[in-house]
Amino acid sequence: MINLTIDGKKVSVPAGSTILEAARKADVNVPTLCYMKGVNEIGACRICLIEVKGGRVLLAACVAPANEGMEVYTNSPKVREARKSNLELILSEHDRSCLTCVRNLNCELQAIARDLNIEELPFEGKRIEHEIDDLSPSIVRDNNKCILCRRCIGMCKNIQETAVIDAQNRGILTKIGCAFDASLDEIACVMCGQCINVCPTGALYEKDHINRVWDALSCPDTHVVVQTAPAVRVALGEEFGMPIGTSVTGQMVHALKRLGFDKVFDTNTAADITIMEEGTELIDRVRNNGTLPLFTSCSPGWVKYLESYHPEFIPNLSSCKSPHQKFGALIKSYYAEKAGIDPKNIYVVSVMPCSAKKYEIQRPEMSVDGLRDVDAVLTTRELARMIKTARLNWNSLCSCNDSDCICAFDNPFGEASGAGAIFGVTGGVTEAALRTVAELLTGKRAEDIEFTDTRGKDGIKEYTVRLPEITLKGAVVSGTANAKKMLEKIKNGEEYHFIEFMGCPGGCIMGGGQPIVDALAAAECDVFALRAKAIYGVDKSLPVRRSHENPFIKKLYEEIGEPGGDRAHQLFHTAYAAKEKYPAELHI
Amino acid sequence: MKTIADLQAIRDKIKTRILMRKEHGYKHEGPASETHFRSHVMVCAGTGCVAGSSEFIISKFNEEVAKHGLQDDIMVVRTGCFGLCALGPIVIVYPEGVFYSMVTVDDVPEIVTEHLKNGNIVKRLIYAETLCKDEHILPLDEVGFYKKQMRLALRNCGLIDPECIDEYIANDGYVALEKCLTEKKPSDVIDIVKASGLRGRGGAGFPTGLKWEFAAKSQSDDGQKFVACNADEGDPGAFMDRSVLEGDPHVIIESMAIAAYAIGGNHGYVYVRAEYPIALNRLQKAIDDARAYGLLGKNILGTGFDFDMEIRPGAGAFVCGEETALIRSIEGNRGEPRPRPPFPAVKGIFGKPTVLNNVETYANIPQIILNGAEWFQGIGTEKSKGTKVFAVGGKINNVGLVEVPMGITLREVIYEIGGGIPKGKEFKAAQTGGPSGGCIPAQHLDAGIDFESLTALGSMMGSGGLIVMDEDNCMVDIAKFFLEFTVDESCGKCPPCRIGTKRMYEILERITEGKGEKDDIEKLEALAKSIQTSALCALGQTAPNPVLSTIKYFRDEYEAHVCDKKCPAGACQAMAKYGITAEKCKGCTLCVKACPVGAITGERKAVHVLDAEKCIKCGACVPACPFKAIYK
Amino acid sequence: MAKNETTGILAQETAELLKEIILKHNGYGRRDAIMAVLNDVQAKLGYLPYEAQRYIAVEMDIPLAEIFGIVTFYSGFSLNPVGKYKIAVCMGTACYVKDAHKILAKIEQKCGIKAGETSEDGLFTIVATRCIGACGLAPVITINENVYGKLHLEDVDKVLEKYK
Repeated sequence: MINLTIDGKKVSVPAGSTILEAARKADVNVPTLCYMKGVNEIGACRICLIEVKGGRVLLAACVAPANEGMEVYTNSPKVREARKSNLELILSEHDRSCLTCVRNLNCELQAIARDLNIEELPFEGKRIEHEIDDLSPSIVRDNNKCILCRRCIGMCKNIQETAVIDAQNRGILTKIGCAFDASLDEIACVMCGQCINVCPTGALYEKDHINRVWDALSCPDTHVVVQTAPAVRVALGEEFGMPIGTSVTGQMVHALKRLGFDKVFDTNTAADITIMEEGTELIDRVRNNGTLPLFTSCSPGWVKYLESYHPEFIPNLSSCKSPHQKFGALIKSYYAEKAGIDPKNIYVVSVMPCSAKKYEIQRPEMSVDGLRDVDAVLTTRELARMIKTARLNWNSLCSCNDSDCICAFDNPFGEASGAGAIFGVTGGVTEAALRTVAELLTGKRAEDIEFTDTRGKDGIKEYTVRLPEITLKGAVVSGTANAKKMLEKIKNGEEYHFIEFMGCPGGCIMGGGQPIVDALAAAECDVFALRAKAIYGVDKSLPVRRSHENPFIKKLYEEIGEPGGDRAHQLFHTAYAAKEKYPAELHI
Repeated sequence: MKTIADLQAIRDKIKTRILMRKEHGYKHEGPASETHFRSHVMVCAGTGCVAGSSEFIISKFNEEVAKHGLQDDIMVVRTGCFGLCALGPIVIVYPEGVFYSMVTVDDVPEIVTEHLKNGNIVKRLIYAETLCKDEHILPLDEVGFYKKQMRLALRNCGLIDPECIDEYIANDGYVALEKCLTEKKPSDVIDIVKASGLRGRGGAGFPTGLKWEFAAKSQSDDGQKFVACNADEGDPGAFMDRSVLEGDPHVIIESMAIAAYAIGGNHGYVYVRAEYPIALNRLQKAIDDARAYGLLGKNILGTGFDFDMEIRPGAGAFVCGEETALIRSIEGNRGEPRPRPPFPAVKGIFGKPTVLNNVETYANIPQIILNGAEWFQGIGTEKSKGTKVFAVGGKINNVGLVEVPMGITLREVIYEIGGGIPKGKEFKAAQTGGPSGGCIPAQHLDAGIDFESLTALGSMMGSGGLIVMDEDNCMVDIAKFFLEFTVDESCGKCPPCRIGTKRMYEILERITEGKGEKDDIEKLEALAKSIQTSALCALGQTAPNPVLSTIKYFRDEYEAHVCDKKCPAGACQAMAKYGITAEKCKGCTLCVKACPVGAITGERKAVHVLDAEKCIKCGACVPACPFKAIYK
Repeated sequence: MAKNETTGILAQETAELLKEIILKHNGYGRRDAIMAVLNDVQAKLGYLPYEAQRYIAVEMDIPLAEIFGIVTFYSGFSLNPVGKYKIAVCMGTACYVKDAHKILAKIEQKCGIKAGETSEDGLFTIVATRCIGACGLAPVITINENVYGKLHLEDVDKVLEKYK
């Protein structure tokens, strides 16, 4: 253990700790800006500077090693002046139009400027005006708000390993962008939005769909239907001050109804459908020498990744659409018929933890009979903004979860199964699938349906399940870097039957549309574990926990034929195709 | 492959060739033969002289010598920098030691016929100071330029052909390596370097032996350790390292091998800036020749020691002279520094312990091994041992490369070695340390030059650039020049340097344009101090130095700019006021034509008028006037 | 990897040239060879266009964004073709104190472009360079391989005439 003193407080930390870690242990809050644990530890912003007695220069606490006997000062005059000066310099190059910024009141730069009591800027220089890149359907980049903390690069390059953005030029001309200033739309960005989640300012944010949804809601002839992903209900509460990992299904549904949506459905139902379709697909491929391993296709970020970076594996992808796309198709046919509404007047909105789904819905193949499956995607964050715009009092929303209550999902789809709920976490699709496939093959109803091998934070988890026809060997993968590793394993001859892939590390609960957790909070708690616990809690709380026991599912397949049949294919399946990693022609 | 005995045989064979050039007036006894020539014609082929066509001069000499059938008697040798660049291209003929200066291709036939064939020195070309009244030739080490120099790092420059490995070997080349490999343990080598007191010559002055010791003691996960040479030499006005690489590339190879042996490494990298094509080629040839002789590769000199090295090119980034940025560049990245610790000696290239030293630092190693630590301790000052190579430029007569013992005064360097300020102008300041350094004004001319004294004066040793400025240079403008350089070369990672230097530059720009504001000087000082303490790397931490040091010694000049909107030196164009002296004007209209904005009007034979409002102060009119009627 | 991915938009012979360069520097699977590769490709093509960077990205398995980041970081690399004559004006300290900036301004005025630009007719590119180490000849400019030292402002016209 290393013993040192921070602002007079004695603290002991394990060898290899940084001064920042020691400070936090000593309950001394050194401000940071570019630091993000595990993502970006480069000591670049010079805000976390501290003074070590006897040192010539100030050190960046986030990377400086804690040494035995060090005397550290985090608020000496020298430190205060340097920190303030550096922040003033950053602000002098920043687009300070906070009032109209998407991160107003939720911005790490604002927070530090407020804490350091910045009153006026001593220097005004001529700022470089950057063009905003808003050509991508999912993500908008605004370099005018960028403070060059490099967190997005850390995420894209080192965590996701897609590396579509990097620093360009040098010195004062440095900026972050795609090669040749291409738009994110032209380069193979997978739209996972992890960059948005780590950006401290408003330099990265999702493409707005709020306006089109308000428009639809205001239109009297439009029947606006909304569906909600499993991951949204365990995170939405964070936007209203609730602890991370609070389940708020009731409030979410109630709020949506009060916002004016005609019907509120649960995407978990479509998740149950996915299990039926994909389970059938798996058994079919196993029995009939189909392409194995079967890859899940519910993550549009993952699908775009595969299409762009490893198109040779497209035959392994399930032909299923993602759950919300299936649901959109179902709503505009099955539901439209049952409700007696012209599908052309139905507007489907999906509330998702995901930024890639904004891209997904406008893919040409995501439509049936000329009608888009889904018309708009709201991220969890966007829904929260709409709730605030409508001045709904969050605390007065109901959360009783009674099936007759206003806070319950609407019919005809009713309540989905717990298997559908766990889609929101990495390993959930697999566990849900195993619950059904195992019983389908054994013909017996199992008592223990928690396949804990599929749970947990690891980017690659492998499992084996002994079944009558087959010893199923599978894996659960989250994050595109791990996807690459898994594909390498397959190339090297390792054999699997079924692999679940999610584009975002940790799965949908950590998606690019979820509430942003600032660097300090993210370092102090395990966001994944908290949200995952909530999702497994939802699963446990539901009466039906197997997709094939969802009463609606049984009814559905009585009416449209068997899973994987013609009608099912028409509504629920699609085809995927190779995309260019680097375009042949670039409009430079 | 050469054995130790083979190398000694080469030495024995070629020794007299070297002696002829080293010992003034040495005469070879015996007839001319394959290895012994009557005369050596040494032609400087450093970049400066090559720019002045020394390669053509060499070809012409070969041609003329052959024409006169003298090819067995006369050896024409391409050699490294003699240092007196102001007088380039330089040709020195031995055994007489005649120093011909500013030689052109057209002069060559005369030199060959008159001097080499007929024995008559061509007086009109000789460096005046070496020609005594009684016609005898002064040995070079007695002329003002060379007298106080001590050429240790530059010992082979101008003495040997850098493209001939045998000549390097002949002048005790690779003896130090042999001694280390056969007689000393790695820890012995480190002890010698430590005891010598050698400090890094790249600018920081870190004790070299200590650095090697850290690397030797560091663990490597797979046993690999590296040695690297920083030949990025980005300081504008500095060409010391370039001269060593061009004039004596083998010294780097030998030193790096010694360093590798000392720390337990087997591979080396030389990071050479792309702007040095001649140095790159000469070093590559030296590496190839060393490999052919088995001095690089496996089982060097039969001792079981393996070592090889390769050149890594830079691509135009000053910041890559910073050690962690250099490492990032070698690894194939943007050359962005990273915070230290960990230091490269512990975690360097590819995460392995690495010794990274400057070219000049390496150039000192073999002699320290051969002559011993005590010998080196006997040169220089208490805390700064040995010599330092300086590239002296700017407003000085003897522009060029000099090597002096630490402790020599600035006055001696500028006036005795440098020959003083041209055109009778007054010395104003000398800049050391390039964009990281500061200026030293006249009142400190008698300061002894060493690491500590320069830092105490508000400058730093730096890599060795020494730019002399006279009364016509504006110190505010000079500060702006250096800051402009830093703004352009900043890597951009940390706000203090990326944004801070730019904000400082904007203030300086305003000041030199006559738009200075009341608190500008205080603002500059405050921002400078903040950047010095917060920047991530030494580039940023030292970027404010030129500004702070010029404010320190020339505050009145700053105040004249800010308060009076005047530039005392008359250098800042924006504040210049041009006008026409009516009495001198002959009405020739040449200035009217020269003016790009039509600010001068006037008919032929009539006195011209300059409209100050329209004048953009480009100064084009001044040289256009044959009567010097335009004043500033 | 589909064949068309790399040669689809690069002319066949240029692609082969680049492949040779990558092989020469043992670049396959070795990211740290990128500097030497880019230097040689730049020397051969005169600049580093999109097609070339894309090819290198695929062949050496380095993300294109990173290669672009490297190319734009170092001043030695150029995204744009250079003119027939590259005029380099040394702006090292020794040349600067001897009024190199005035010479640069004059050349810019004569050619109608600023430093870093290439003239419309593709004849001239002006570059303000770092110290080239010929300080004894300050102020110095080079036009391609030709060196013009101890240059006076009045001589600029004469020198440029030779190249028009």
